[in-house]
Amino acid sequence: MAEAAIELVGINKSFGAVHANKDIDLTVPAGTIHGIIGENGAGKSTLMSILYGFYQADSGEIHVGGRRTVINAPSDAIACGIGMVHQHFMLVHNFTVLENVILGAEGEPLLKTSVAKARSELERLERDYGLEVDPDAIIEELPVGLQQRVEILKALFRGADILILDEPTGVLTPAEADHLFRILRQLKDEGKTVVLITHKLREIMAVTDNVSVMRQGSLVATRKTAETTVEELAELMVGRRVLLRVEKGEAKPGDFLLSVRNLTVKDSRGVTMVDDVSFDVRAGEIVGIAGVAGNGQSELLETIAGIRKAESGEVTLDGRPVDLTGGADPGDLRRRGLAHVPEDRHTMGLVLPFEENENSILGYHGDPAYLKGPFLDVDAIRSDARDKIEKYDIRPADCRLRTANFSGGNQQKIVLAREMERDPKVLIVGQPTRGVDVGAIEFIHKRLIDMRDQGKAVLLVSVELDEIRALADRILVMFDGRVVGEPPREASEGEIGLLMAGVETREAAE
Amino acid sequence: MSGPYARLPGWADYGLIPIINLLVAFAVAGLVVLLVGENPLRAAVILVEGAFVGGQNIAYTLYYATSFIFTGLAVAVAFHCRLFNIGGEGQAYVGGLGVALVCLSFDALFPWWINFPLAILGAAAFGALWALIPAYLQARRGSHVVITTIMFNFIAASLMVYLLVDVLKPPGSMAPQTRTFLEGGQLPKLNWLIEAFGLSVRSAPFNISFLLALLAAFGVWVLIWRTRLGYEIRTQGHSARAARYAGIGQARIIIVAMTVSGALAGMMALNPVMGDQHRLQLDFVTGAGFVGIAVALMGRSHPAGIVPAAVLFGMLYQGGAELAFEMPNISRDMIVIIQGLVILFAGALENMFRPYLQTVFASLRPRSAGLAEDRAGGA
Repeated sequence: MAEAAIELVGINKSFGAVHANKDIDLTVPAGTIHGIIGENGAGKSTLMSILYGFYQADSGEIHVGGRRTVINAPSDAIACGIGMVHQHFMLVHNFTVLENVILGAEGEPLLKTSVAKARSELERLERDYGLEVDPDAIIEELPVGLQQRVEILKALFRGADILILDEPTGVLTPAEADHLFRILRQLKDEGKTVVLITHKLREIMAVTDNVSVMRQGSLVATRKTAETTVEELAELMVGRRVLLRVEKGEAKPGDFLLSVRNLTVKDSRGVTMVDDVSFDVRAGEIVGIAGVAGNGQSELLETIAGIRKAESGEVTLDGRPVDLTGGADPGDLRRRGLAHVPEDRHTMGLVLPFEENENSILGYHGDPAYLKGPFLDVDAIRSDARDKIEKYDIRPADCRLRTANFSGGNQQKIVLAREMERDPKVLIVGQPTRGVDVGAIEFIHKRLIDMRDQGKAVLLVSVELDEIRALADRILVMFDGRVVGEPPREASEGEIGLLMAGVETREAAE
Repeated sequence: MSGPYARLPGWADYGLIPIINLLVAFAVAGLVVLLVGENPLRAAVILVEGAFVGGQNIAYTLYYATSFIFTGLAVAVAFHCRLFNIGGEGQAYVGGLGVALVCLSFDALFPWWINFPLAILGAAAFGALWALIPAYLQARRGSHVVITTIMFNFIAASLMVYLLVDVLKPPGSMAPQTRTFLEGGQLPKLNWLIEAFGLSVRSAPFNISFLLALLAAFGVWVLIWRTRLGYEIRTQGHSARAARYAGIGQARIIIVAMTVSGALAGMMALNPVMGDQHRLQLDFVTGAGFVGIAVALMGRSHPAGIVPAAVLFGMLYQGGAELAFEMPNISRDMIVIIQGLVILFAGALENMFRPYLQTVFASLRPRSAGLAEDRAGGA
């Protein structure tokens, strides 16, 4: 085994009573790609934040390159040659690539010399690692994949030998992700060490040499990737056997419950977000919309739910037209049998400071069952909430608890329970399992299949291609606001991925 | 990364933190007193005694508190909709016009107990009207309510000067004020309530609108936490996106919340105009609209917090007046400094000590924070 690039010994970190990292021992050999996998909340990000100096461990030691090191701030980590690429990019959007790369490492009061130095250094990095980016391009004009490359360049420019990537593929197409993996391998060949944090098993198998699994704050196992299987890793992550495949029967499509014709949506700046989209969803089927985040799926969903105004187009809900260009109110649509599980449960689907029971009526708070005249019928609301908590196994089972104190999976269950228990005709669902742990994913998928089997029309938007492929009876692919194709169900991930990348931008992605 | 969230028990959140903030504010105020060469401990004693010892002082403290309860509730209702109504001053001022018009019209006709409800309506309607225009501009035009309500304070001031000098002033009078209301326009005093405790009140303006203020506090609690409208206001206040998602008309809810807020601010005028001075005077609001902001901040926008916070500020007003009288070195402006410090620590720096306290509580009683276990280290 090569010498260790990073060695963590007995790391402990608590937030109040929450033990986020328990006695973590981790050795990352130099010149390898090391995966860290675990559910949301397993403590992966906390561990890496300790390594990068955002947090200080309560106890434990950090060794970098064989030397014991104290890392109190990101600047210490950078000085040790550790670089981090965050899940949410830390770039200045209206700066050029070059300006972003030297940001914080300008060196001198006058930029001229440092810019020139940076430019030649950047050229060298691009040559050595195949990280081509135009140094004079403005960040906001670059596709996400390239923005991520700038983040990597930033880290390398600061002399990083160890690169930590936090959930790097969440925003990428499969092709862009593949390209990222090629870059990571090249970095490895040049002697760099890469730590890859992810919750996607597929990525671990594709690119890592070793993998460590975290569960509930503990590091439960470290394996050589070649010697393990997806099933074993999933079991280690969750602590029990998990059904990775969704079991479902054939769809029995019925009436057309939701029809969308030539729908066009513009955002507040007048940019076309949804461009002439048409499709149908029938009773008893799940139609999945695949696509890289930011290609109009969110806008499509919000428009159908009545939250956003359409520019033009016709929508029919259960045989009757809906005027989405005028003032179709989300409340009216709800009364007509449209339930909506929004993509963003934190700011839209839930009011986090509310008690759980208050959220269980959001959007349905005008229902006479919850009211006594103008007053809220608190007893009815709470007993209703308790029923849902039991039925959907929401934990902790306390309808008076602040919603913010529930885990992501349980928060999502609160939304699902609210929307599904109203017995809607059409259910539109955005990113149902984003930030949700594996155990809850299984539950949510099963509920969605149940809804389908009860004869509901389900429209599912997800950036997780695996999820779309597992659940959807028909798949539509959106790119740049348009539906660019309806691949057959047996289409491979690669074929769908090409559609997701858009034919024209294929070269850029490659 | 989201920070760790350790929950404080309710009594610490709503009791301990305000008290700590208050003590720090007084400590810093004490330094200021020291600086002008007076003994801060003696000053504190004078302040507290001036507010709470003797029926007379208590009556004055509660009289001031009455005004602050109304304006504090007004700010709080708007806060729940995430609107910062800085216009309580102007709304109360114009509310006074509503009170005066009712009293001037009916004081010879009806007894006070008929005029009182009418005056309440007048005060609320005029206050609401004065909030309605900024509310409309915010809801439909996106003009920020902070800016517009501030400007409306100035407009109210100018309007009232005009009305009092040119329209409402009785002919031949030199003072810019209306005639004195007859008995039908005067609210009964509540001094007997204090005398019932065996304390004596010489003459104090403490009047029946105090009871109305308490009633309004309860009403606000019901409105915010027990009605559909309050639910919608809170939803809009916490997350405009969630409100949109829930089908809550945003323009409507903004206008309604601001109108209720303005009505409550307007009702403040009942206390000085109908309860004390029995005429409409220039500048009768004397900053109560702004104190309402501090009261709402300190009371955490909850009626159960606003009432004690209003009493606290009533104490600062009344005790401060005594202090300025007893200690010539401490001018009225010094009292404003002390009030400012209370506002600074109780309002603006409200969260200063919270993290430390959370750490202390988390280490003392691990289970009080245990519910957040799934959130550790989440993105």
